[in-house]
Amino acid sequence: MSILYPQRPRIIVGMATCGLAAGADEVFDALREEADRLGFDLTLLATGCIGYCQQEPLVDVRMPDLGRVLYAKMTPERARNLITALSTGKLPAEHALASIPEEDSNTRKRPEHLSAVPLISELPFYTQQHKIVLRNSGLIDPFSIEEYIARDGYQALSRTLLHLSSQDVIDEITQSGLRGRGGGGFPTGKKWGVCSNETGEPKYIICNADEGDPGAYMDRTVLESDPYSVIEGMTIGGYAIGANSGYVYVRNEYPLAIERINRAIARAEECGLLGEEIFGSGFNFSIKVVRGAGAFVCGEETALIASIEGGLGEPRPRPPYPAKNGLWGKPTIINNVKTLASVSAIVSKGARWYSNIGTKGNTGTVVFSLVGKVANTGLVEVPLGLTLKEMIEGIGNGGLAGRRVKAVQTGGPSGGCLPARLFDLPINYEALTQAGSIMGSGGMVVMDEDTCMVDVARYFLNFTMAESCGKCTPCREGTRYMYEILTRIVEGQATPEDVVLLEELAIWVKETSLCGLGQTAPNPVLTTLRYFHDEYDAHIMEKRCPAGVCRALIQLTIDPELCNGCGLCMRECPVGAISGEKKKPHFIDPKMCTQCRTCHDVCPEGAVKIVR
Amino acid sequence: MVTLTINGKTVSVPQGTMLLKAVQEAGIDLPTLCYHDALSPYGACRLCMVTITAPHHAIVASCVYPVEEGLAVETDTEPAIRARRLALEFLMSRCPTSDVIRKMAENEGITSSRFGVPSPEQMDELCVLCGLCVRVCRDVIGAAAISFIGRGTDRKVGTPFELQSDSCIGCGACAEICPTGAIRIEDQGNKRILHTWNTTVKLSACPECGRFFTPKPTLFLKDIFPEVEDYWDLCPACKQHKTTRQWLNAGSKEGL
Repeated sequence: MSILYPQRPRIIVGMATCGLAAGADEVFDALREEADRLGFDLTLLATGCIGYCQQEPLVDVRMPDLGRVLYAKMTPERARNLITALSTGKLPAEHALASIPEEDSNTRKRPEHLSAVPLISELPFYTQQHKIVLRNSGLIDPFSIEEYIARDGYQALSRTLLHLSSQDVIDEITQSGLRGRGGGGFPTGKKWGVCSNETGEPKYIICNADEGDPGAYMDRTVLESDPYSVIEGMTIGGYAIGANSGYVYVRNEYPLAIERINRAIARAEECGLLGEEIFGSGFNFSIKVVRGAGAFVCGEETALIASIEGGLGEPRPRPPYPAKNGLWGKPTIINNVKTLASVSAIVSKGARWYSNIGTKGNTGTVVFSLVGKVANTGLVEVPLGLTLKEMIEGIGNGGLAGRRVKAVQTGGPSGGCLPARLFDLPINYEALTQAGSIMGSGGMVVMDEDTCMVDVARYFLNFTMAESCGKCTPCREGTRYMYEILTRIVEGQATPEDVVLLEELAIWVKETSLCGLGQTAPNPVLTTLRYFHDEYDAHIMEKRCPAGVCRALIQLTIDPELCNGCGLCMRECPVGAISGEKKKPHFIDPKMCTQCRTCHDVCPEGAVKIVR
Repeated sequence: MVTLTINGKTVSVPQGTMLLKAVQEAGIDLPTLCYHDALSPYGACRLCMVTITAPHHAIVASCVYPVEEGLAVETDTEPAIRARRLALEFLMSRCPTSDVIRKMAENEGITSSRFGVPSPEQMDELCVLCGLCVRVCRDVIGAAAISFIGRGTDRKVGTPFELQSDSCIGCGACAEICPTGAIRIEDQGNKRILHTWNTTVKLSACPECGRFFTPKPTLFLKDIFPEVEDYWDLCPACKQHKTTRQWLNAGSKEGL
């Protein structure tokens, strides 16, 4: 415990990819330099993702006897001021986001001058969260196996190897109700049971970290923030099914995740927690990291296997399922990162504890990356069964700048867009599927009135079309023709018959494609047709884009009443379509204008109007 | 044996048979392009779609669906017909000049596709990406000279970097198995030109008649089948000649 609660100041900086993108490394350097300059003795560490992306860079300061406070939106300047204040024995209130209560009594009191700072559990962003997969994320140094162990890490594995049979582990997971968090939702215990009964040798367990949904970063964050939880989960899974080797398949676009999981594997080997005779139990287990070459379809389990084998990343028909005939033709289990991170928690705390979280049939928690046009963005973990409303309006705090949220897209590019009137839906596998979307791996993109739903459908189809492997006819050709029709619609060239054809294509591509990619690719089209048909009608019948997004259907004009003639738009216009004298209203030549909206975005007076 | 019902008719086939074979055995014609008896099922063209009505309800590609006891299958339900027609429409748009596709489509009751206007270069396109050539080259011949390149609509078949292949033995199995005649191979003097693969292999001449007839890279087969050594060098005509002469000689010795 003294590692986590030392008798000297401990400062941790959120330095997963999200934090780094916000400038966490400069903040970290500033903290280090200032502390050195002042001779201020402290433990300064990089941690993974603290979750509240909106507020990055985040700095978590724990002063013995004073308390623990999370500081948000730090800059090098603010970091230096923070160190100055701390060195005088003070926890400053400036930029404090929340105070974090701790188990150890030293830091339980909240200093008086911080009374206005809310507890972290009082922040709307955190109130409804329940962190299991992300239990250590943002709290520990991801490189430190000691810190992982100090937070009850490896208790599950020692219990597994010393006290449980492989059947006990499978029973425990089955009773917990854990379902595949990659999106399929297949009961994990059942899958392990099938593989465990197979006689083929050797068996393999694969961690699927080929996360490729635009706007989704759950798996990356877990690997970056708490790699040992995944390694422990895989080792338990290996023991349960009788596998002695595992693979982590992670996309090459995640360099930090790859570095951290590799270092964690090496460290676990050093500590005897991977390799031969783990805990002296006679169980051997090793893990290799395989990097994906950037194909979205390799997240599909049979394509993933082909890719590890060195073949072309394309799916093959199932059955046979990998649990019977997988990697190198041997029984293989493929689990998502979050599933494996949950396993270690379940075995350590028990199936009953886990099954009491969430709802019946949908137990436990699910991790979402909440992004898009929502006030609070970030990585959130909530019990299953929370409603979309609680997620978007509670945790997300509603639309950006008070705008009305119109829809939410769950499940990545193959998910569906659900309208605000369905926000009372509980987040669970069945409810989302029934509404035409999917749980998916955990992407959640919020859209507001400025989002054109036809354009959104086209965007996602463009993605799936480009990522289709091209093996089966409906997915390869069908996504392309759907994309062509959607392009005609956003360009105002479509006829009502086009929409009929679009719907037919969507239904049949879904019905007849070979793998999950093609079977789900039409979801954005089908759900937008179902819930936002009026927007399609406006594009086709009135040649109008209600959200003012589709370039061919909008016009930009300058309101002479509001224009102060500053000339900024004229200078920024890439095609020279704007003219006007200084301090007099400017004018856009509609013949030259390409509707790029640059003028709209730069005008300080809001004088550029979009005519829809 | 596994017993199932196809269009109301009871059929028994060995365990492990794919549904497509069972349907064909029942005397029912289904369109297919990517299936071949010599290769493992692939499930790419999605032409052989049928409806399963029991024990559960689903539309499946019959070439990759293993038969199960008690399975009930209907080949001509509306959904199955629509699925097959749509796949054929896609392929008609892809290969507008292919007679094979056009005939298959006519059999399923369609004469034109509703999708896309073919570009000039598409008028020469005959490849439906069924993968038979890639698979026969890799799984039967063992040369693996060609593979898929690119993904999605950019997918095509070719040699590495679409350059002259050192692995190609010029056997021509790819062209032989291609259902749409998309692979062009031509023998010119002492060369075999595999136009589609940008590859040329040398032909070996028959020592008897001097005619060029077999790709030199296939002569390694001599080492694999030494018992028929005499015959590898000869062209089919001379081989036949020689065999006939041997029989005649043997016959005359025995006084026939």
